[in-house]
Amino acid sequence: MKTINQKGWFFVLPVLILVAFNALIPLMTVVNYSVQETFGNNQFFWQGLDWFENVLRSERFHGALGRQALFTATILAIEIPLGVGIALAMPRKGFWVPICLVLMALPLLIPWNVVGAMWNIFTLPDIGLAGYVLNNVLGIEYDMTQNAFAAWTTIIVMDVWHWTSLVVLLAYAGIISIPDPYYQAAKIDGASSWAVFRHIQLPKMNKVLTIAILLRFMDSFNIYTEPFVLTGGGPGNSTTLLSIDLVKTALGQFDLGPAAAMSLIYFAVTLLVSWLFYTIMTKDDK
Amino acid sequence: MARITLKNLKHSYYPNPKTPEDYALKEIDLSWTDGGAYALLGPSGCGKSTLLNIISGLLIPSQGQVLFDDADVTHLSPADRNIAQVFQFPVIYDTMTVYNNLAFPLKNRGVGAEKIDQRVREIAHMLELDEMLDKRASGLTPDNKQKISMGRGLVRDDVNVIMFDEPLTVIDPLLKWKLRSKLKELHQKAKVTMIYVTHDQTEALTFADQVVVMQEGNIVQIGTPIELFERPAHTFVGHFIGSPGMNVIPCEVKDGAAFFNGLQVEVEGKINPVENARTEIGIRPEFVGIGKTGIEAKVRKVVDLGRHIVVEAMIGEVKVNAVTDGLMPNPGETLHLSFAPHHTRVYADGWIATQESKR
Repeated sequence: MKTINQKGWFFVLPVLILVAFNALIPLMTVVNYSVQETFGNNQFFWQGLDWFENVLRSERFHGALGRQALFTATILAIEIPLGVGIALAMPRKGFWVPICLVLMALPLLIPWNVVGAMWNIFTLPDIGLAGYVLNNVLGIEYDMTQNAFAAWTTIIVMDVWHWTSLVVLLAYAGIISIPDPYYQAAKIDGASSWAVFRHIQLPKMNKVLTIAILLRFMDSFNIYTEPFVLTGGGPGNSTTLLSIDLVKTALGQFDLGPAAAMSLIYFAVTLLVSWLFYTIMTKDDK
Repeated sequence: MARITLKNLKHSYYPNPKTPEDYALKEIDLSWTDGGAYALLGPSGCGKSTLLNIISGLLIPSQGQVLFDDADVTHLSPADRNIAQVFQFPVIYDTMTVYNNLAFPLKNRGVGAEKIDQRVREIAHMLELDEMLDKRASGLTPDNKQKISMGRGLVRDDVNVIMFDEPLTVIDPLLKWKLRSKLKELHQKAKVTMIYVTHDQTEALTFADQVVVMQEGNIVQIGTPIELFERPAHTFVGHFIGSPGMNVIPCEVKDGAAFFNGLQVEVEGKINPVENARTEIGIRPEFVGIGKTGIEAKVRKVVDLGRHIVVEAMIGEVKVNAVTDGLMPNPGETLHLSFAPHHTRVYADGWIATQESKR
């Protein structure tokens, strides 16, 4: 017989209250807006699921969702292999370990709006170092206020610069947790370095990489500050990601109903993809 | 398969060793014949794993040479030495099946598929892993994982030497017995040189033809299990092997005779000159007799080990263990102890100082 002890709930209660105030209750307000129409004066009219239908049918939403998916897929495709590669190349013992770790952690410590501003100035064609060199020394036309490709390149490079470190640190933690005998046994078994990576390092990194991909997916899918500071969504709509579009709808046009419906769909997509990914990655553990 | 020779081997983990204490291994000279079963025995930190890693090539010694037959392999990588090693904790490739784990060392060396299949099934059968060949190795119990590790060591039939670094640590006692006799059986069948590192005397003595006893980076004695038991070359070996270990009793040596408490003690043979040395008498509890005559001693503790009884007695301040099958004395009782002369030796500064008697 197992005794059931309900005391545990008391320990969870403070967190529940906290989460209720900073997440659940605001979310319910959003739900409330998403099914109503308002013209101000706190007057609301029942709208049903119309907003959801509108959003799901709107070209604008499809465009933003497509750009968002492209952005997230691109940065994941770059950051995960690059992060694992750097982690593998980092020293595992000795003098350089703390130095490498600190260098790796630096980009993570910089506030998001500062990162955006830094890269904005860095790539300005007249005074930014990268912008100047590209335009005036190498002769490549590079202006992200004019050219969508330049804008995309900049936000992707910026995100890679800012967040690859996170993948590196997580992958590195996975790598250094592998006991020496694994490498020694592999040496004795005559394994190639590819085999060591494939059969020892990668399986041992499996769990931390799952976390890294999840974190990078959620963060990049919800990214707002950096591209907003960098490009403001332009030129045109070319870098208007979901979150930027959402803020435009909600605070620019003050369309609270459609914006609320959009943010719920946005939330559902993030949740669904995360859940699917996590379930697939951990199904072997059971 | 090869004869293994270690020449003037020294190793330090410090870049610039100065004092002898900086060395994990101090001057090792050793020669092992092809096909033997050897054990490296010693307490934790005595340098036995260091020595093993030097032989396998995971460590390059600070000084000296490792020879396989006549070839100098000191600087060769483990893969080039063609050796196998089994570690203390199971090392398995999580993503592979048991079959692929066992086949891995062969595949890496480009062995043909047919030969691989035959070897893998043979080894799996020997280790009783046949049932699990198609299972993923990551889900198995620790002892099965360790069997896979051992299997990977045994699967190649052309290795120079197979080394075991305390391989039975994670195995429960019953299976330990089984695996140990399996290894012994395998050794007799395959005739591969095997080196077995352990701190467990039972494991060493039951596995090996020859045991190398190490202490603080030195080899103290090399011998068959019987030699180590009967005539320890050093009090450390006497202590370390046997349970309880050898009695070591302080004594005085005068005019070629040993005296304890003023009484002369008859020893196995002539005593070497031992000036200014710390001298002790060493005698195994198995050869201490309890009877009506002899040195008077007071019983302090009696332990019944089932097969025999260990009597812990005090001669003045000196503790002496005796093993007997006879009647159990009571604590506090006074009895008389006698030392069998053929098994009584004098040690000077720890090293044996009596000459073996010719019987």
